[in-house]
Amino acid sequence: MPSDTYQEIEISSSFSQARQAEQTIVTAAENHGYVESDLFALQLSLEEALSNAIRHGNRQDSQKIINIRYHVSQERIDIYVADEGTGFDPTNVPDPTADENLENPHGRGIMLMRAYMNLVEYNQEGNVVHIVKLNPKSTKSSCKNHE
Amino acid sequence: MTNYGPKIAVSREGQITIVELLDEEILEEGTINVIADSVFSVVADGTGIKLIISFAQVRHLSSSALGMLIRINKRVEESGGTLKLSHLRKPLLEIFKITRLDRSFDIYNDNNAALRSFNS
Repeated sequence: MPSDTYQEIEISSSFSQARQAEQTIVTAAENHGYVESDLFALQLSLEEALSNAIRHGNRQDSQKIINIRYHVSQERIDIYVADEGTGFDPTNVPDPTADENLENPHGRGIMLMRAYMNLVEYNQEGNVVHIVKLNPKSTKSSCKNHE
Repeated sequence: MTNYGPKIAVSREGQITIVELLDEEILEEGTINVIADSVFSVVADGTGIKLIISFAQVRHLSSSALGMLIRINKRVEESGGTLKLSHLRKPLLEIFKITRLDRSFDIYNDNNAALRSFNS
């Protein structure tokens, strides 16, 4: 089995660079034995986290950077996505499943991350998101703070 | 034969129009906007359209893609038409269920089931 993967990537506020970063991390997860359903969940959650960082955090300003730190082990995956925005209050996001919001074309990204990841948490400012995916095949995995 | 762009394939079964999405991944805004514009062109070609969107080729979609479908559905309804979705793989169907959008869209296992539903 490969040793743990620790990496830090910086990308500009570019959707194509975000895709490349996603692929790098998903490949690392695959190499550590995560199954297809985990990889699907990971790609979806990364897509949402990075899209939010680009669109809402950095306001699609190509001069602004997104920092991605990730750690992949057989037991768990930890990813930190930091944008250069002023942040937001993640507790103040409308429920996209409420009847009055179902026809809203936006606002489902955080909900999907929470549905597919074992942990989604923000720093106090709201400009760094930490997502955790545990490997269900591992008996050692837990959601206790890794870093 | 009208060309609706490289992201969709359009066919007709009688009065019913089938749009097949050709990308495996419908994630980023650029792709989504191109697909949306193509489908809007199809919808604009006739009032009261009976439209099936097939996801047979699609393996990944983002919340922005869901937003695209909501906008398409609204445009179809405004023109007096009906939209149905088909061939959603199990992981994608799960996304619709988590977001409760399985209640906003008519979803069928395949094109034949969706076609039959228009005739019932």
